[in-house]
Amino acid sequence: MINSSLKQLASMLQAKKISSVELTQSFLTRITQYNPSINAYIALDEGKTLAQAKAADVRIAAGNATALTGIPLAQKDIFCAQGWQTTCGSKMLANFIAPYDAHVITQFDQAGAVNLGKTNMDEFAMGSSNETSYFGGVKNPWSFDHVPGGSSGGSAAAVAARLCAAATGTDTGGSIRQPASLCGLTGLKPSYGVVSRYGMIAFASSLDQAGPMAKSAEDCALMMNVMAGFDERDSTSLQRDKEDYSRELNKPQTDQPLLGLKIGLPKEFFAEGLDASVAQVITAAIDVYKKLGAQIIDISLPNTGLSIPVYYVLAPAEASSNLSRYDGVRYGHRAAEYTDLNDMYNKSRAEGFGAEVKRRILIGTYVLSAGYYDAYYLKAQQIRRLIAQDFIEAFKQCDVIMGPAAPSTAFKAGEKVDDPVAMYLQDIYTISTNLAGLPGMSLPAGFAQAKDGPALPVGLQIIGNYFDEARMLNVAHQYQQVTDWHQQMPDLKRA
Amino acid sequence: MEWEVVIGLETHTQLQTNTKIFSGAPIKYGAEPNTQACEVSIALPGVLPVLNKQAVECAIKFGLAINAEIAQRSVFARKNYFYPDLPKGYQISQFELPVVGKGAVTIQVPAQGKKPAYEKVINITRAHLEEDAGKSVHGAVEGMSGIDLNRAGTPLLEIVTEPDMRSAAEAVAYAKQLHELVQWIGICDGNMQEGSFRCDVNVSVRHKGSEKLGTRREIKNLNSFKFMQQAIEYETRWQIETLEDGGSIHQATVLFNPDTGETRAMRSKEEANDYRYFPDPDLLPLMISAEDKARVQASMPELPEAMKARFEAEYGLSSYDTGALTSSRGLADYFVATVKAGAEAKQAANWVTGNVSAKLNAEDKSISSSAVPAEALAQLLHRITDGTISNNAAKEVFEAMWIGEGNADAIIEAKGLKQMSDSGAVEAIIDEVLAANVAMVEEYKAGKEKAFNALVGQIMKASKGKANPAQVNDLLMKKLKA
Repeated sequence: MINSSLKQLASMLQAKKISSVELTQSFLTRITQYNPSINAYIALDEGKTLAQAKAADVRIAAGNATALTGIPLAQKDIFCAQGWQTTCGSKMLANFIAPYDAHVITQFDQAGAVNLGKTNMDEFAMGSSNETSYFGGVKNPWSFDHVPGGSSGGSAAAVAARLCAAATGTDTGGSIRQPASLCGLTGLKPSYGVVSRYGMIAFASSLDQAGPMAKSAEDCALMMNVMAGFDERDSTSLQRDKEDYSRELNKPQTDQPLLGLKIGLPKEFFAEGLDASVAQVITAAIDVYKKLGAQIIDISLPNTGLSIPVYYVLAPAEASSNLSRYDGVRYGHRAAEYTDLNDMYNKSRAEGFGAEVKRRILIGTYVLSAGYYDAYYLKAQQIRRLIAQDFIEAFKQCDVIMGPAAPSTAFKAGEKVDDPVAMYLQDIYTISTNLAGLPGMSLPAGFAQAKDGPALPVGLQIIGNYFDEARMLNVAHQYQQVTDWHQQMPDLKRA
Repeated sequence: MEWEVVIGLETHTQLQTNTKIFSGAPIKYGAEPNTQACEVSIALPGVLPVLNKQAVECAIKFGLAINAEIAQRSVFARKNYFYPDLPKGYQISQFELPVVGKGAVTIQVPAQGKKPAYEKVINITRAHLEEDAGKSVHGAVEGMSGIDLNRAGTPLLEIVTEPDMRSAAEAVAYAKQLHELVQWIGICDGNMQEGSFRCDVNVSVRHKGSEKLGTRREIKNLNSFKFMQQAIEYETRWQIETLEDGGSIHQATVLFNPDTGETRAMRSKEEANDYRYFPDPDLLPLMISAEDKARVQASMPELPEAMKARFEAEYGLSSYDTGALTSSRGLADYFVATVKAGAEAKQAANWVTGNVSAKLNAEDKSISSSAVPAEALAQLLHRITDGTISNNAAKEVFEAMWIGEGNADAIIEAKGLKQMSDSGAVEAIIDEVLAANVAMVEEYKAGKEKAFNALVGQIMKASKGKANPAQVNDLLMKKLKA
């Protein structure tokens, strides 16, 4: 049951083979058993969770269930959920109980989904290993010595360890796709503006986007049907017609369902820096696509190399301003003792933020300062447009772009904590899509054997054109019809 | 060597919208602390701003009223600084691309001593939309400061002039004119006590004839015209004396103390913040189309200058009268309502700019709280034209109406102010007066015109003012010529 798809769970619930309370309880039991070692969840509240499950059962009995009614999900702790501790992985908000719901939370509530708890994450979503969390690192369920990726590391580990049916994540530079790759899941970062950011704690506003992290593309489509849609409380939310993200799945039903699909392989994604073992898995996956009828085209995204420097100017600039509200005045951490207002600010923020967050606030403050703004922020914005232009050119030649989601499989905890640049390079293949505002996803494509360690998941990245999520999900889904990587489960007793 | 003062103003006008500029929270003044602070006003984690269209309309109205360029595309920017009453740690404002560009306001500078009144054009550099901060309330809680976020997010239009003013009088005339204009077009309630209209004044001095601007000091948050006048005069003197004593002026922000009449530096510019402005990624650029402008244009009231010209043409009023009538929207509306209710225009103009205005000034009231409504005034004026009462009696009736003794007719009746219309009764009085003043009659007949007026005076006195002077003139003339 814990490995069932969302569709299967929904039909079991609606056929009354199992109640939502029973299903929820079984996940809560697993959480009690495994979360202490994995640390995927920051906040759990059995009372609230089971109350939702009971309400879902009533709704199912009344016959007005939706595709997700009664299904237990995990929510990244970046979303405000009324009455829930909402920390964003930071000491700064360790005592913060959200008094309102994020749009995404409201959407799941209205669909009747059950909230199992809030998942661990890198502090303020800044990190690629979940090691910057104030609440401690998260174990990769495939190997407890390894990181799950980040920043949505808790959500990734929760889905991989089957401590929830599916989860939400957010992706500013790869925070859904890289942990999905490292934990062997399917995760989608939608086009910018598709999912409302209201109530999602801001890291870098022009890049942040929420999306699903689940076992399969089909599950992601069902999650997207709930998460996506216009919200007038977010000025960057796009006013588009509601769409059914599963509409393209299983069409057409032939041996070569992807006949005619043009897949672009950017040479920059296969250059130096990519682990040979990862490259091998990706190449094998591309071969599967060829068999499914796709046509492979070599393309170039010439400005890919600039995406990390551009990102590490723009994201910290926005973050330095977004995080100014954490001043100890109205909520959040305030130093116990201080001599005056400035001392209160200094101590509260010095104590409340971790090292990586401070590093980015400093970088952001610097690049926005008088005399540096033009050379850094403005220049980075110009290059951002060039990067987006690369993709526009590429999509004249192909329908989707494929490559690795991360340059390597999961690395060992502690391995990169003292080398921020090495950590930043984890997002080399994912960041450019955020800068362009494009949708991207990662899906399990196999395993690579580490030199002296276990076999760890490898994710294949698919990048689509703007608002092409439904097609991307189908492209992933067809692969998952002929492979079973996405159904593999880690052995938690051995991990 | 003669000195010249150079003045520029930055005015924060609070816009009359139903809700805050980036959220749906109400903006009623004087509410209990933090009762008008929604999740956006408090800047909870995760909240986002959404622009209030009403605030944009106000900005467009202002742009149209001063014939300014209205930007097709303007951008909201974050002004970053830490302060407890600034909940986000940044203020959403406009920086490089403001919504309203260059425009102009024509001011009337009143006569001062021997210098006659004159007109002057003050150029507007820009006007931009921004949000207000909250308030720190010191000592609100024992030994601590409280933060009231009711005002946080209130929509403001900051209006910036070129350094075009050359005296405190010009600066005050501009501020008054702007104060009237923003109320006239209905974008600001103009309430200075409540902070709806606040001026920052930049003052510098230089030798007359010099092209180069001196170093300026900014007098912050002046909320009365009187204080503005005093502050500028003090600051100008202080700067001139400092320079003449061999000192130099340092750029600074100063506050005016009404008790001492002095300005005092708050902080020097060297300590000032680097605000790290950058475009707010939570808000899209503000786009204003020609259609948007046309729609707002259609909702614009007639502007003072157009109305002044119309009054001159339509009613044949003098430039002086129309200037006075259009000095405020309320006064103009009151005048129009009086005429509409049947009063003759010239007479109405005289009364509105005369008796009514004098009464309002004496009691420091605005026309909207006039104790005599336009319709009631029209009724009174009608009683003058139809000969029921004399002009002098009308003044007495007006006084009584002002203190609420009733309508014109009731007061005329109660006070017995009705003029004699019965010519027989008037003739009887004339005969009496003529009989008692034979000498005067002889003087008149001998060619002394003055004696006629003296006789009229006697007759009016004998009638206790109730005789109609025109009728008395007529009848007396006939009798003397008989």
